[in-house]
Amino acid sequence: MTASAEAVKAPVARPSPLADFWHSFSENRGAVVGLFIFLLVCIVALTANWIAPHLPDEQYRDHLLAPPFWQAGGSLAFPLGTDAVGRDILARIMFGARYSLAIGLIVVTLSLTVGIALGLIAAYFRGATEIAIMRLMDILLALPSLLLAVVIVAILGPGLFNAMLAISVVYLPHLVRLARASAIIELSKDYVTASRVCGAGALRLMVIAVLPNCMAPLIVQATLSFSNAILDAAALGFLGMGAQPPTPEWGTMLAEAREFVLRAWWVVTFPGVAILVTVLALNIMGDGLRDALDPKLRRQ
Amino acid sequence: MFRFVITRIGLVIPTFIGITLLTFAMIRLVPGDPVELMVGERGLSAERHAEMLHELGLDRPLLVQYGEYIGGVLHGDLGRSIVTKRPVVTEFFTLFPATVELSVCALIFAVLVGLPVGIIAGVRRGSVFDHTVMSIALTGYSMPIFWWGLLLIIFFSGILGWTPVSGRLSLTYFFEPKTGFMLIDSLLDGEPGAFKSAVSHLVLPTVVLGTIPLAVIARQTRSAMLEVLGEDYVRTARAKGLTPWRVVAIHALRNALIPVITVIGLQVGVLFSGAVLTETIFSWPGIGKWLIDSISRRDYPSVQGGILLIATTVILVNLAVDLVYGLINPRIRHRR
Repeated sequence: MTASAEAVKAPVARPSPLADFWHSFSENRGAVVGLFIFLLVCIVALTANWIAPHLPDEQYRDHLLAPPFWQAGGSLAFPLGTDAVGRDILARIMFGARYSLAIGLIVVTLSLTVGIALGLIAAYFRGATEIAIMRLMDILLALPSLLLAVVIVAILGPGLFNAMLAISVVYLPHLVRLARASAIIELSKDYVTASRVCGAGALRLMVIAVLPNCMAPLIVQATLSFSNAILDAAALGFLGMGAQPPTPEWGTMLAEAREFVLRAWWVVTFPGVAILVTVLALNIMGDGLRDALDPKLRRQ
Repeated sequence: MFRFVITRIGLVIPTFIGITLLTFAMIRLVPGDPVELMVGERGLSAERHAEMLHELGLDRPLLVQYGEYIGGVLHGDLGRSIVTKRPVVTEFFTLFPATVELSVCALIFAVLVGLPVGIIAGVRRGSVFDHTVMSIALTGYSMPIFWWGLLLIIFFSGILGWTPVSGRLSLTYFFEPKTGFMLIDSLLDGEPGAFKSAVSHLVLPTVVLGTIPLAVIARQTRSAMLEVLGEDYVRTARAKGLTPWRVVAIHALRNALIPVITVIGLQVGVLFSGAVLTETIFSWPGIGKWLIDSISRRDYPSVQGGILLIATTVILVNLAVDLVYGLINPRIRHRR
């Protein structure tokens, strides 16, 4: 093979899908910043044991409601101040990151698994099964999201796990609809027919052949559900229906801080900043993912 | 059009039946003895328990119970609150105007700000204004509104002392509610200062509740505007030599508004969700706070009835939005 032939051949080699994805994702600078912040939150959550200045539930009785270090009376020992029972706020926020990320992860995994399964079943069987599933989803959609979560928690009883379960149910309808709609489109394509002719069973057909081609919109929706799950879990915590005190969950911290709103601004401000920054980073990332994964959904 | 209306209404009925099934099942799914839950007393004697079981109809077959429940619902009977012993319907509609007043104000605020901002961002695509507004909108969309409310309280009530922290009206004013809407009642009453007090109580909750709808409306308006501005008829209008303002306001906007109206309609659910949080923060005596209080008091008949009424409201508003959508967009109406 001559050198020139090789030179012609080289550019034809296609970039790996991952490199291709990274190329379009990194075009959106905001999305990269979002990803960076999100990774930072992940690192804080994973290393909270070592980097947090104090334990999250250690009470320093001599330092009740100490202000952050830059204010008069504050000290670097408690960089963001302490709460009403003398717990370090920075440490609680760092440990709280674990809860928020775990909530997002568990809710997305739960609702994605069940949602995809129901969506594929509806698309494959059609008829009565499909009507039953889709009508049920319509009913869930008729209730405002937080309200539905509140009702489910009211039935199951308050607590972090039940709150996650409730939020997973709330996100089901969107995922089921998306999975069903894309699966129906894919099912009419030739490669599915070919797979059928080859004798693929229902499970193989749906999971190995059809599902991978439906994933793009589902992944985008999952990212958005991740950030919404953090918000909704914090809201439930705030209403006293999610994680229970003294868990350093961000929403629960805000609920405990509520009565000090006019006396100690820092108790209220920082947990909320943590929620906002994490959710915002995820949402910006979601926008970038949508542009990179699904050209059809690309923003104008 | 008639056929379109009938089809849409037909689609709503199974959803409504589903909701009644859900609320009917709810009270039976809650762990614990249903009689104790319904009566709100613990440790009933065996005879009293059996008597109540019969009185509440819980000893009959499920299907009969459901039939009776539906019968009651259709007659406007949703049971009585365990705590106040008043009919749930009465409780609900006493508090409902407060939530409606707050939601309507929040929606007006969101539309008044979101629509023009979205239009300008779309027309001046890529400008500093566009980038700034869209960044703010994304932040608003990611906002934990219960925290946002607390921040506003710290700043406007704590530091500046401009607005009250909670409630609907200063305690120095009192009058019999005529409409249940504090803004209207305070005007009707005519007492000087009452209206101003009502407005000052309303401002912060309105901003808090309106934040997410505002962000959604601004984003949707911008993208609808961008889509429409690329259409051929806009180019035609420009080619005819119309002023840019006329092209945007007359030709583009009318079509861009169609998806925006749907999005505005969909905010009803968002508003109810937000009302639960907003009313809790500001001690606003509406149905959101009532529902949360009912749950923590284990007042299940109230929760059951409240959920049914809220879901019905959301279904009806969405139906109305659907019908309006068909009215302004013939393409939807004639699609089969």
